[in-house]
Amino acid sequence: MSTIRASVHGAPASAGPMPKAAHTGAISVRHLNFYYGSHQVLFDNTLEIPGRSVTAIIGPSGCGKSTHIRVYNRIYEMYRGQRCTGEIFLDGENILGSSVDLIELRRRIGMIFQAPAPFPMSVFDNVAYGLRLHYQLPRSELVDRVEDALKGAALWDEVEAKLHHPGTALSGGQQQRLCIARALAVEPEVLLMDEPTSAVDPVGTAKIEELVQRLKERLTVVIVTHNMQQAARISDRTAFFFEGRIVETGETTALFTNPSKKQTEAYITGRFG
Amino acid sequence: MALPAGTKDRGWAVKCTSRTRRKLIDRTMKAAAGVAVLIGIGVLAWVLSVVFVRGASALSWSFFTKLPAPPGAPGGGLGNAMLGTLLISAGATLLGVPAGIMAGVYLAEYGAGTRFGGFVNFMVNVMMGIPSIIAGLFIYALLVVSVGHFSGYAGAMALAFLMMPVVARTTADMMALVPDQLRESALALGAPRWRVIVQIVFRAARAGLLTGVLLAVARVSGETAPLLFTALNSPYWPRSLAGPTANLTVTIFNDAMSPYANWQRAAWGASLVITLGVLTISLLTRFILRRRA
Amino acid sequence: MPFGRSKRASMGLPLSKTGVRRGDALFHGAAVAAAALVPVLMAGLFVELAYGSRLSLEKFGFGFLVSAAWNPVTGNYGAASSIYGSLVSTAMALIIAIPLSLFIALFLVELAPPRLARPVSGAIELLAAIPSIIYGMWGLFVLAPFLADHVEPALQAAFGHIPVIRALFAGPPMGIGMLPAGLILALMVLPFTTALMRDVLQLVPPVLKEAAAGMGSTTWEVFRKVMIPYGRRGLIGAGFLGLSRAIGETMAVTFVIGNSHSISASLLASGNTIASTLANEFTEASDPLYLSALIELGLVLLVMTFLFQVAGHLWLSRLGRKTGGGQ
Repeated sequence: MSTIRASVHGAPASAGPMPKAAHTGAISVRHLNFYYGSHQVLFDNTLEIPGRSVTAIIGPSGCGKSTHIRVYNRIYEMYRGQRCTGEIFLDGENILGSSVDLIELRRRIGMIFQAPAPFPMSVFDNVAYGLRLHYQLPRSELVDRVEDALKGAALWDEVEAKLHHPGTALSGGQQQRLCIARALAVEPEVLLMDEPTSAVDPVGTAKIEELVQRLKERLTVVIVTHNMQQAARISDRTAFFFEGRIVETGETTALFTNPSKKQTEAYITGRFG
Repeated sequence: MALPAGTKDRGWAVKCTSRTRRKLIDRTMKAAAGVAVLIGIGVLAWVLSVVFVRGASALSWSFFTKLPAPPGAPGGGLGNAMLGTLLISAGATLLGVPAGIMAGVYLAEYGAGTRFGGFVNFMVNVMMGIPSIIAGLFIYALLVVSVGHFSGYAGAMALAFLMMPVVARTTADMMALVPDQLRESALALGAPRWRVIVQIVFRAARAGLLTGVLLAVARVSGETAPLLFTALNSPYWPRSLAGPTANLTVTIFNDAMSPYANWQRAAWGASLVITLGVLTISLLTRFILRRRA
Repeated sequence: MPFGRSKRASMGLPLSKTGVRRGDALFHGAAVAAAALVPVLMAGLFVELAYGSRLSLEKFGFGFLVSAAWNPVTGNYGAASSIYGSLVSTAMALIIAIPLSLFIALFLVELAPPRLARPVSGAIELLAAIPSIIYGMWGLFVLAPFLADHVEPALQAAFGHIPVIRALFAGPPMGIGMLPAGLILALMVLPFTTALMRDVLQLVPPVLKEAAAGMGSTTWEVFRKVMIPYGRRGLIGAGFLGLSRAIGETMAVTFVIGNSHSISASLLASGNTIASTLANEFTEASDPLYLSALIELGLVLLVMTFLFQVAGHLWLSRLGRKTGGGQ
């Protein structure tokens, strides 16, 4: 994957050029089914996610929103008895294929979880963790990249003076932005966010929402949220899930103002969920 | 209250006495609980004070630096036994701790929910309850018989046998307390499983892991029975663990059972040294846990 | 500065992925191997001890378990006195330790304010940290003379005239024998049973206790009628685990039991246990049959503790599945 890295950074000719257009972080999900053991929870999910955009996934709790995006980086494989069928293409490559390198896949697709999960180490080491995992960098470059990632997550000003304090000592909202910085540091093409603000206070939530708006300039964001206002505020497109099926997908404004399905309308007008 | 006429007074009286009786029983039982606590703490204080008073009189500089004196001769010490105990315990730690930690890793990370994992988990609990003398007997039959002589290595292995399930149990329990989201976060960054475990889960559980190791060290460093037919004992300085190796606990046993006053005194000195060592580790463990909580 | 697109020459060398995969396989393999070592060692215990005791197994067969003979000169061995001593000393330990721990647990859970419960709990747990051999030293040099001078004569004076019970306290008061062995074992088991019982009783839902207290029950009645029945299963499990701990305890017992191969009704008479016989005679056993008989004693002890442990943990794991269930 060194070629990709090099092209992204406009690197010298040591690595061969790679068509940049192929790596916009567009995702195409086809006929995805998901099972916990013999219990099926996702049914024939098909979804197109354009690159460099924000897609919100909404739906009542237990409808399979989180399960759906946990297939994108194959994090579900950590657990026994969870399996899926179907195809997911990231920039044209089927990431569910058996030859896919999980480690590289997860570098390309970052993930933010419901509760902030800073590693038990310093702020600096948290952000440097992924970099150290994937690259052998000289110290000076490591320091630069950590700073860049923290700036990218709009956290730098708040933690500049405490880079070597434990990451767990930050506030909840700061911890979540630290996790975002940690994910950004390895320059992913896609960022999956699983209800990233559900454990964060309103001020922190506003900062994260603002950040998401800026993130789509360079990567694809897929955000699961139970908060419809949030979906309406920050997303370009929205997919509505119900009982493991994708009921409706479309431009966010269109979906919220003029839903085509009864179930969608019932949900967004607050009649259930 | 619809009691038949004539029985009313009597009924009231019965109720009254039973209430005082109940209160009396309650007070007696509460007092008994207090007495039980006093017995427990009293014995602890009794044992410790005896060890401190009798042991302290045996301690001197040469007690830590010299070889044992012959019966009746003045001076001498148990330097060789202290060194031997340190070496054997260190050897046991080197063997038992990695094995225990890896078994704990299996139980918490790979085997949770599998049949084999459940079986090993159960066996770890059973293994913790195997008497220490059986561990000694096992290593005797396995190692001493085949090699042909007693050795410090055999002693270390017998102690490692006792350490392993303790370390495995605490490791598994402490790692299970680490939230899955931490593991997922690291995996989602592209970390391979083993680095997630070593760099993230171990680090998050480090106080607990350290406690488990210290508990295991404390448990075995005061053990005598497993060393009786493995390390045996020796009147010389330990040069290596390849032969019979002097150690404090077997020395206490031998000296205490001997008819010589100076040897019995040495046994008290050794008792104090070993008690201080074990108590220090136990209190350290508690300190680490408390600071954590 | 959006997302740190600094003008940097390179991202450094990507790390090898095959190395990563090999690391994962190695680590997983090591964990599986270590886990497998546990049942392998347990099986090894039985195999090694059975193999080591083959001479004795062939010669004495099942008679070994019931024969009270122990004569290295004639080469005739039996486990009966050791088994008897192990069972009697363990029974004594439990008879003393279980009510004592139940009362201490009552104190810790219901009576003591948290500020007091914590240090008391810690002190009781410290009893478990003291090595066995230290109890042996204390038992031999302090407790035994104390018993011989004060307690045993008093017991004889109190029970010496009552038929049957008199037999329990027959013989000269030496301070050495089954009585001190049982007492010391009780002390050594106490911290374990107390900790387990405390944990079990802490699981009793406050609602139940409040309901009982609300009906006018005294603290003791709540404890006796609600908490003990609720935690019955866990309390019995605690007793089981205490029992299997006591039965294999070696050094402290070896110091005070007297180490004679005899079965006596008197608690003041000396006796032996399986573990004390092993500790006392193993290094002196010269001929192969003697050694083999001792290893078979070890095998008997292993089988007993294994069964108690398995039964105790099965019992407790069923408890866990029933979520602390009492009835």
